[in-house]
Amino acid sequence: MTTAALTPAEWAALDDVADFDEAIAAFDPVLGLEVHVELGTATKMFCSCATTFGAEPNTQVCPVCLALPGAMPVVNGTGVEYAIRIGLALNCSIAPWCRFARKNYFYPDMPKNFQTSQYDEPIAFDGYLDVPVGDEIVRVEIERAHMEEDTGKSTHIGGATGRIHGAEFSLLDYNRAGVPLVEIVSKPIVGTKASAPEVARAYVATLQDLMRSLGVSDVRMDQGSMRCDVNLSLTPAGSPVFGTRTETKNVNSLRSVERAVRFEICRQASVLTAGGKIRQETRHFDELTGTTAPGRVKETAEDYRYFPEPDLVPVAPSAEWVEQIRAALPELPWVRRERLQREWGFTDLEMRDLTNARGVELVAQTVAAGAGPGDARSWWMSYLAQQANSAGVELSELAITPAQVAAVISMVSSGSLTAALARKVVDGVLAGEGEPAEVVEKRGLAVVSDDSALQAAIDEALAAQPDVADKIRAGKVQAIGAIVGAVMKATRGQADAAKVRELTLKTLS
Amino acid sequence: MSLNEDLTRLSATDLAAAIHTGEASAVEVAAAHLDRIATVDGAVHAFLHVDREGALAQAAAVDAARAAGNPPASPLAGVPLALKDIVVQKGVPTTAASKILEGWIPPYDATITTKLKQSGIVILGKTNLDEFAMGSSTENSAYGPTGNPWDLTRIPGGSGGGSAAALAAFEAPLAIGTDTGGSIRQPAAVTGAVGAKPTYGGVSRYGLIALASSLDQAGPCARTVLDAALLHEAIAGHDPRDSTSIPEPVPAVVQAVRRGQGDGIKGMRIGVVTQLGGEGYQPGVLDSFRAAVAQLADLGAEIVEVSCPHFQYALAAYYLIQPSECSSNLARFDAMRYGLRVGDDGNHSAEEVMVATRGAGFGAEAKRRIMLGTYALSAGYYDAYYGSAQKVRTLIKRDFEAAFGAAHVLISPTTPVTAFKIGEKVDDPMAMYLNDLATIPASLAGIPAMSVPSGLAADTSLPAGLQIMAPALGEQAMYRVAGAYEQARNAAAGFTLLDRVAEVPTVAGR
Repeated sequence: MTTAALTPAEWAALDDVADFDEAIAAFDPVLGLEVHVELGTATKMFCSCATTFGAEPNTQVCPVCLALPGAMPVVNGTGVEYAIRIGLALNCSIAPWCRFARKNYFYPDMPKNFQTSQYDEPIAFDGYLDVPVGDEIVRVEIERAHMEEDTGKSTHIGGATGRIHGAEFSLLDYNRAGVPLVEIVSKPIVGTKASAPEVARAYVATLQDLMRSLGVSDVRMDQGSMRCDVNLSLTPAGSPVFGTRTETKNVNSLRSVERAVRFEICRQASVLTAGGKIRQETRHFDELTGTTAPGRVKETAEDYRYFPEPDLVPVAPSAEWVEQIRAALPELPWVRRERLQREWGFTDLEMRDLTNARGVELVAQTVAAGAGPGDARSWWMSYLAQQANSAGVELSELAITPAQVAAVISMVSSGSLTAALARKVVDGVLAGEGEPAEVVEKRGLAVVSDDSALQAAIDEALAAQPDVADKIRAGKVQAIGAIVGAVMKATRGQADAAKVRELTLKTLS
Repeated sequence: MSLNEDLTRLSATDLAAAIHTGEASAVEVAAAHLDRIATVDGAVHAFLHVDREGALAQAAAVDAARAAGNPPASPLAGVPLALKDIVVQKGVPTTAASKILEGWIPPYDATITTKLKQSGIVILGKTNLDEFAMGSSTENSAYGPTGNPWDLTRIPGGSGGGSAAALAAFEAPLAIGTDTGGSIRQPAAVTGAVGAKPTYGGVSRYGLIALASSLDQAGPCARTVLDAALLHEAIAGHDPRDSTSIPEPVPAVVQAVRRGQGDGIKGMRIGVVTQLGGEGYQPGVLDSFRAAVAQLADLGAEIVEVSCPHFQYALAAYYLIQPSECSSNLARFDAMRYGLRVGDDGNHSAEEVMVATRGAGFGAEAKRRIMLGTYALSAGYYDAYYGSAQKVRTLIKRDFEAAFGAAHVLISPTTPVTAFKIGEKVDDPMAMYLNDLATIPASLAGIPAMSVPSGLAADTSLPAGLQIMAPALGEQAMYRVAGAYEQARNAAAGFTLLDRVAEVPTVAGR
């Protein structure tokens, strides 16, 4: 096997991608997104092996998912239920009768050398998803959502790239083989113009949000439990005829979705503007460079030879069952957000920032633990957001729970912590020093509320700075800052500044 | 005749009785058959693997259970059986008669294997077959052909030639076959044995190495109809690990055989299928069939003629559907996880190893069918080939539905010809495929069908078979007619067909 090198023209195109604004002026992008969601069922789609992520290689396998001779699949009912849940949440029709089909192709990490999937009879079809993009709602039509199984994983050892080309040998792990997937295929998304990258990202983010609230998947793009293929073509501005599309794989984060779309728009525009033609091909996104490169060029077009899976009986969900699933659907995330915004009294801007930071559920849980919505929001969106940002993690990945945040807020409102002390308590919790109360105890962070202790510190400060004391007596009250500062220093910040000010004025009056 | 040889001549029913009453121990019975195999299988080559130790251990367990006062695990407890080497058995080499699986030791039991073990049936070993059950002569085995005990220079049928030959050579009283287009029935017919293909879904396919998933069905092979029925009940039943298995109780086929033998078949309507006879059928086979029809009429059955006009397309449809499914089912044999691996020398990619292994590991017929199936499923041809074949399949089912409106069971010769010479048709796949002319319609329709010996064809002095077909889940009617017919034919002839099989020369086997 040889590495598919870029053609000189493609290298040239890389150096010479068109400017995004110029590209959009000349062409209309047409998007199509295929999103694979790994279902969070306890067992695989066609056998009873566990699906735990990160287990020792080849420990979650059996005759069925290893495709031993004679083994036969049995459909996981929960997998079907999750697929229907997804279909309903995407406003799809649910097929009263559908079949699995075999998608035949050879690949070392696919044990049967066919993938059990669905072909022309998907479980869910013809739906839509309303995607918030900035202040607008973009309706993305859903073509279909179908059930299938995941493949195993190949790890290529040796060679520079970790890709198969140039590798010395490969290791196969079949733990993932047979894990249930639902593939959600959008219809072509047109008319997005310059917002195409943003729409693509928002669509995937909204799907992710939806899957989480449905409880069907943990949708971790970094772990591959949500994967996105980006189809993109350009058509001359205003033309109704779609151009040739490329399919970009390996797009493993929301940011990458946006970058991949943007890059393909610029690349294709450059090729087309130079009079070239877009080759229909699979491309790979490179996280490091933000560019896409063609996959291996195949001599022949892939022919999957689909046919109905004869080892399985058709899936025929009764209307009654589908209605039960519909009735049990959780409140959809955007409906919930509208309700919470009303209850909390947040402005649109506040709510949008919170949503974008994926902090809605954190605030909701903090409020549920007794905090006021405003306090909860400001903690998560300011100090904690800074901490998350500098650590490069999501808010939800911080080592502090909403209940702990609520406890800190409660200490502040009862006056036992100042805002500054509260931040130190939070630092302690984040550093793994225990519950907020324990951090207060260990670090000795309680507010100094003993008036006599404060009075002594004030007297000392006034004695040390007699000139300041004179200024204040003379009515230059703004000079009091120096005294407050000295007292704060003496109490290691544990005094309430307002109280110090009040006592100082009283002392000098 | 030694005591050992006496035991090998007994039916499964009689052996079970002898073991249950203590006249013979299961170990003695197993040893007698193992000795018989050791004596004659060098000439017959019915077995690919003999599990002497495992069989004796299983037999000892049956004897121990009896000694402990436990009731027999099943009506066949202690009876030996030959297992077609396409059904996986834990710890015992399973090859499907292919080089690509040479040396593979399954880590699990097929549901059939589990049921046999639970029934106390003693598994002697694994029998020869056409590679992955593709063939009608067992000549496609990668491990050499099996001889027909009636004439060792002739084929024992296929794909289950090993199982059929083991019965006819008295190496085992029971055998498991699998039938995709006739692989139980045709070998039974040409060796003078009884073989039944249950309703599709009647016996679990879990652990049966798939040839064509929508057609494959395992079933019982024996020397008598009653023995076949007993084995049928032992292996049938719903299996949650096979989604296509039928969630219905096992048909009471033993009772049906006894009814046929006791009450007869008076008043039953038996349909002779016009299209399954005539041109292409050997005169001696047709004579044997006509005699069978006369005998059934004598038993008081009403004989009617039924027409199934779409049967003429059955063979063509079958040879599209079967290779299509086969091409996909055999894709898993890729050297990655088990079996043969060729070219893994550090200089070849995984894909190259896959290609080299499949090239070296599959025989000519397997390759032919993989290519046919790959072609039939490919874009642009699917509708014309696979799609049309599925339509024909529907039409054949309708023909059967209409025919079963006029008759309780349908009959035909099982095969167009008696056993032919080894090597005679190897270069002519079409001539080979024509052996399945009469058995394929029932396979496509998923209905039960069986072959019962109908005597020797006068022109070749070789066994011919009567095929009896019944509606889906209509096994009882089928076995009732089979039981009545077998009894009447034996009585009229004055002998059981297999009593007349030539003694096989002694050539030590495994």
